[in-house]
Amino acid sequence: MANAHDTTLAHGAVEAHGHDQAHAHHPKLQHHFYSMEQQLEASILGMWIFLVTEIMFFGGLFLAYIVYRTMYPEAWIAGSNHLNTYMGGGNTLVLICSSLTMVLAVRAAQVGSRTGQIVNLILTILFGSTFLVVKFFEYAEKFEHHLVPGPNFDPALPGPEQIFFALYFIMTGIHALHMVVGIGIMLVILRMAWKGTFTPEYYGPIEVSGLYWHFVDIVWIFLFPLLYLLGFHLGH
Amino acid sequence: MTAPAGRHSYLDEPHGVAAWLLTRDHKRIAMLYLISITVFFALGGFFATLVRLELLTPQGDLLTPDLYNKAFTLHGIIMIFFFLVPAVPATLGNFFIPIMCGTKDLAFPRINLLSWYLYIIGGLMALAVVAMGGVDTGWTFYTPYSTHASATMVTLAAMAAFVAGFSSILTGFNFIVTVHRMRAPGLTWFRLPLFVWAHYATSLVMILGTPVVAITLVLVAAERTLGLGIFDPKLGGDPVLFQHLFWFYSHPAVYIMILPGMGVISEMVAAMSRKQVFGYSFVAFSSLAIAILGFLVWGHHLFMSSQSIYAGLVFSIITMLVAVPSAVKTFNWTATMYKGSISWESPTYWIIGFMGLFLIGGLTGLFLATMGLDVHLTDTYFVVAHFHYIMVGGNVMAFLGGLHFYWPKMTGRKYPETLGKVSAVLVFVGFNLTFFPQFVLGYMGMPRRYHAYPAEWQVLNVLSTGGAGILGIGYTLLFGYFVWSLFKGEVAERNPWGATGLEWQIPSPPPTFNFEQDPVVTEPAYNYKPRREVTVG
Amino acid sequence: MSTSHPVTSPLTYVAVFLSLAVLTILTVVVAYYDFGFMNVVVALGIAVIKASLVVWFFMGVRYNTPLTRVVVVAGLFWLLIMFGLGMSDYLTRGWLGVPGR
Repeated sequence: MANAHDTTLAHGAVEAHGHDQAHAHHPKLQHHFYSMEQQLEASILGMWIFLVTEIMFFGGLFLAYIVYRTMYPEAWIAGSNHLNTYMGGGNTLVLICSSLTMVLAVRAAQVGSRTGQIVNLILTILFGSTFLVVKFFEYAEKFEHHLVPGPNFDPALPGPEQIFFALYFIMTGIHALHMVVGIGIMLVILRMAWKGTFTPEYYGPIEVSGLYWHFVDIVWIFLFPLLYLLGFHLGH
Repeated sequence: MTAPAGRHSYLDEPHGVAAWLLTRDHKRIAMLYLISITVFFALGGFFATLVRLELLTPQGDLLTPDLYNKAFTLHGIIMIFFFLVPAVPATLGNFFIPIMCGTKDLAFPRINLLSWYLYIIGGLMALAVVAMGGVDTGWTFYTPYSTHASATMVTLAAMAAFVAGFSSILTGFNFIVTVHRMRAPGLTWFRLPLFVWAHYATSLVMILGTPVVAITLVLVAAERTLGLGIFDPKLGGDPVLFQHLFWFYSHPAVYIMILPGMGVISEMVAAMSRKQVFGYSFVAFSSLAIAILGFLVWGHHLFMSSQSIYAGLVFSIITMLVAVPSAVKTFNWTATMYKGSISWESPTYWIIGFMGLFLIGGLTGLFLATMGLDVHLTDTYFVVAHFHYIMVGGNVMAFLGGLHFYWPKMTGRKYPETLGKVSAVLVFVGFNLTFFPQFVLGYMGMPRRYHAYPAEWQVLNVLSTGGAGILGIGYTLLFGYFVWSLFKGEVAERNPWGATGLEWQIPSPPPTFNFEQDPVVTEPAYNYKPRREVTVG
Repeated sequence: MSTSHPVTSPLTYVAVFLSLAVLTILTVVVAYYDFGFMNVVVALGIAVIKASLVVWFFMGVRYNTPLTRVVVVAGLFWLLIMFGLGMSDYLTRGWLGVPGR
């Protein structure tokens, strides 16, 4: 598809441009960029690089998961069977819905629909919040059943199962923290959308915020089967 | 401090403290970083002084064992996270990458400022750690001591490193986007200065490695504070998993620390030899090779743990391989100087110092990469000497040499040239006196992180401490004349070294937006005229 | 100045959403049955397909530059390096019969 980079210039280079040359600046064009296109591409590239850091951040946890699952498969199955698969599965669907509304919000900005942005952003925030509420109830249930690692952990359960729960809480907890940040970002974006900031020429912030949101969804897409679905067939 | 009268540089306007603290100008941010890392270098040096003073005598008589543990831990944490990692990239990198790319600023100026604030926040947390009793786990935070047994400020120290790491991630990602998307017209990748290639490679490592140590430190904090134990052997946890996760970053981190210094050396070697860097593309690709291969070797820090020997074998072989691109660079710098028109000014002294010390440091790494030898040498002073040869003999000399080389450009002032040479010699002599005896001590079996040792090793330890004193004098002298030069130094012209490159075509110091007219690049980097073709008149 | 990202029809997004929902239900259903180690393969396989759909359609990578795509792939590749070399330790422990190694 058409790419704004002029292939006759060095790839990534921009058109020469003297300061005395008058041209219209989009009000949202930052001074060190030459075009809205360059600014948007730079923002998207930048957000993806940040998401790569997030991949590696969660990746450390996934390595710990793989190592211990290999070492303690029974503890992993037993631990997983304590988790509520329906709540986890339901939450997965909730996040998928939120990803749909998120991408529709970005699309609404691309076509200049203020209502579309606002409605979809609000829905995204609601779905995200629903996820967190369900998580809260899940955690409360774990607490009641003495499955929170530490001094209150059920002493009848073997040590490796405590490690499973430690990873469960850390992985889903850090994921939930990312959701909270995501909702915060969406509230800021919602305010900007309310004020009509985004137009077909300028929608970088909502697009890159959407990238972040989808990434958090993808982490859950992996967390759900790895934590909840192991040995499900054995317990049910 | 303002530039010489009549110039309107980035130093002059806008005025005021707020204008500096809220700046988006990459050059001002670079100077803010320069001041901050100097403070932390001094603090890290203070803890090193405590260590070396204790080691003057075989008995542990100056510091209690606990205090000694805190001294070397704080020395390591401060020097690594708050000095070595940001030193070249956040100062010289921030200053020069946009200029070398022919553009007005980095891709994300506000994020650049945020990275400095995060660095300061992390630094304040580290200072709080010092004030509240310190931390004694070693900069490596090994479990289960750090998670269960240590009674010191482990969590806060871990979080300080976390914040500093996040600061470096922001620096790295800014560089990557800038180099990819903001080069001036005509500036193809192979016309870029090698300084840019080196920083690009460094940024890759920052992005891919730092998040792993971030999560690892979070896990240590979680285990300590919330009891969420995943490294706890009593539960079946594996402390070696911590080591895997920690060193997955911390080995590539050493390449974060040395690659930018190598970039500076490339620039200085070309300028001081007035010659195109020999094998430009090999040097460029070697930066990438070091960055990538550097991710595949972390297990060489785990040779003496319960890591499987087969894994150790793989890591050992790849570690030998990663020496190759470093050697390529060293050969190429030497070949650049061969039959070059070498000017014996102070940067040259720093270059020569770097080359010798980096060579020794790099070669001794091969000793340690050999598993059989590592059985004897690990956790001895041999390792300490090896990494100090690279970090201090290599990176710090490259950084200081770069400060000399770029000082006229950044500040518009010249430092006293003779003193520039004197400090280079003092640092070189002091450094060797400090660290060469440590190779011998390590070979003889003196363990690291011990505050007492058998009496027959005292002579070498005294030499080492004496050397540290000379090193300190060299650094202090340097600091002194740089500060002096800001007020009384000779005004510098645009291109005091006669070097090629966009940065030498703009005024010293540069104006806020770097270029009057956006540059178009048509020549290769280091386009020095061959000697015979110099036209006269 | 227009940007280079074409606007996708909402129907495409809804179709992707429905696929994701169906795949989620499928992965739970498959978990009811014991396929031995294939359970993990299927579960991860479905997760990879779901993630790919999100990345390609929702995150717009199908319209991104080759550079952005390289960044995405590099991140995943590095993750695999960490898993692979890390597990090379755990999977080969005890091979040599040396105690503790």
